[in-house]
Amino acid sequence: MSDLPIVDLDMAPNVAVVIIAIYVLLVCASLFTWALARRRPERDYSELRQRVRTWWVIVTLFAVAIALKPVFAICLLGFVSFLAFKEYITLIPTRRADHRVLFLAYLTIPIQYYWAADGWYGMFIIFIPVYAFLILPARMVLIGETEGFIRAAGTLHWGLMTTVFSLSHTAFLLALPAAGNPVAGGDGLLLYLLLLTQLNDVAQYVWGKSLGRHKVVPKVSPKKTVEGLLGGIATTAVVAVVAAPYLTPLARWEALAAGLLIGAAGFIGDISVSAVKRDLGIKDSGNILPGHGGILDRVDSLTFTAPLFFHFIYYLHY
Amino acid sequence: MIRLLRLLFWIVVARPLVLVVLGLNVRNPAGLPEKGPAIVVANHNSHLDTFVLMSLFPLRLLGALRPVAAADYFLKNRLLAWFTLNIVNMIPIERKVGRETDPLQDCITALGAGDILLVFPEGTRGETEALARFKGGVARLKEQFPDVPVIPIYMQGLGRVMPKGEIALVPVVVDVFVGASLPWTGSRPAFTHAMEEAVAALKAQAPARIWRH
Repeated sequence: MSDLPIVDLDMAPNVAVVIIAIYVLLVCASLFTWALARRRPERDYSELRQRVRTWWVIVTLFAVAIALKPVFAICLLGFVSFLAFKEYITLIPTRRADHRVLFLAYLTIPIQYYWAADGWYGMFIIFIPVYAFLILPARMVLIGETEGFIRAAGTLHWGLMTTVFSLSHTAFLLALPAAGNPVAGGDGLLLYLLLLTQLNDVAQYVWGKSLGRHKVVPKVSPKKTVEGLLGGIATTAVVAVVAAPYLTPLARWEALAAGLLIGAAGFIGDISVSAVKRDLGIKDSGNILPGHGGILDRVDSLTFTAPLFFHFIYYLHY
Repeated sequence: MIRLLRLLFWIVVARPLVLVVLGLNVRNPAGLPEKGPAIVVANHNSHLDTFVLMSLFPLRLLGALRPVAAADYFLKNRLLAWFTLNIVNMIPIERKVGRETDPLQDCITALGAGDILLVFPEGTRGETEALARFKGGVARLKEQFPDVPVIPIYMQGLGRVMPKGEIALVPVVVDVFVGASLPWTGSRPAFTHAMEEAVAALKAQAPARIWRH
């Protein structure tokens, strides 16, 4: 392990301010859903209120993890990858013969997050796309079951790429050299990415609910509308520009581009997981997050935004 | 002391393993018995089945939960015997029946004391996601205790977590389907058949998630 401290409570003031702002948002959301349920007692808002309550738990977990930077935060992110990959493995059909291959696939999670914690960029960036991509199918052929081989190797690797490789970019943000982001360090970048990605989800939902008319991809996700998508991207872009000077080294036009990127990529990530669920004939990926569904339902956008935002900022500032 | 060890094992090892490493998705949890005496019958694919069944109940019922299992397998060495008898609180059953003693005597005593029996009527861990014929022991108990509820359960996923013969544990979320209490049917073969049908009906609700082979 590199010389990263285990506990480092001197959180950048900007990060603290943004976390407080997120809590203010949560208080507003709780009050709003409470008022909504009171004004219209005939309608059922229990799932919406449940969802807001789950947000309180998620935000608190991350606030604590960011305060105890960075090893705890990296472990928490690794645990999220584990839960997402587990949900994926549960949902897809697997071959009986691949039992030990699946075990090896799980082992890549702690290893990948170790590379992130260690800041070993070269290994981090090829470990799953190259080594896991070659070793897991190699183990499969050595077991010797050929029927369903392409399907098994393909579905397994897609799962590792999205739930482990893509999501682990959130952890590598914490290992980037502090000098690259004098205002808030790696914490600031992680918070910026998580805030924009999740806010984008909420904004697309709210815009879609209030103005939505024209469907975007009715076959994949019938509730997604052009109005929701554009409103969400615009909202995310505005927040990206406003929050950038506090959390990132991004100049104004760069922040605008980051906001548009996160808005659009988040949408694609969201509907990609929808497509997986539709392919398998299920509604939610799990039941671990009351009001949201499974972990995959929550991190779907992040599987696309995390690597894209990481490489955007890595290219420009590191 | 043993009770404390059992509670510790449960809180530190078994529940985290079942609830965090694997994860449960229980349908109709309201169908579970809230107190003993009761008999829970379930399909059997993995050693972890017992831990999953026990995790369905609140901790206050831990002392009343009695998994029923094969004496020849679980008592074959002293360490395993100590663990299964004291920590898992198992009732051992002789699979090779002698004439002089009733192999079900310990089960009868436990039901009389208000315990909840956890039984795998297939008698052994079968092929993943395939049901074997049920043995007749539960029907004999039901005949003797017609008022004790018999609850059928189907668990899916455990054959993928740790199938027979594998030692590597692969985390998979386990789906648990709880059925309705089965009434006494008047004859033992008919009751055993009703149990088989009930578990098979629960299995039919579960999505198939394994390719052939």
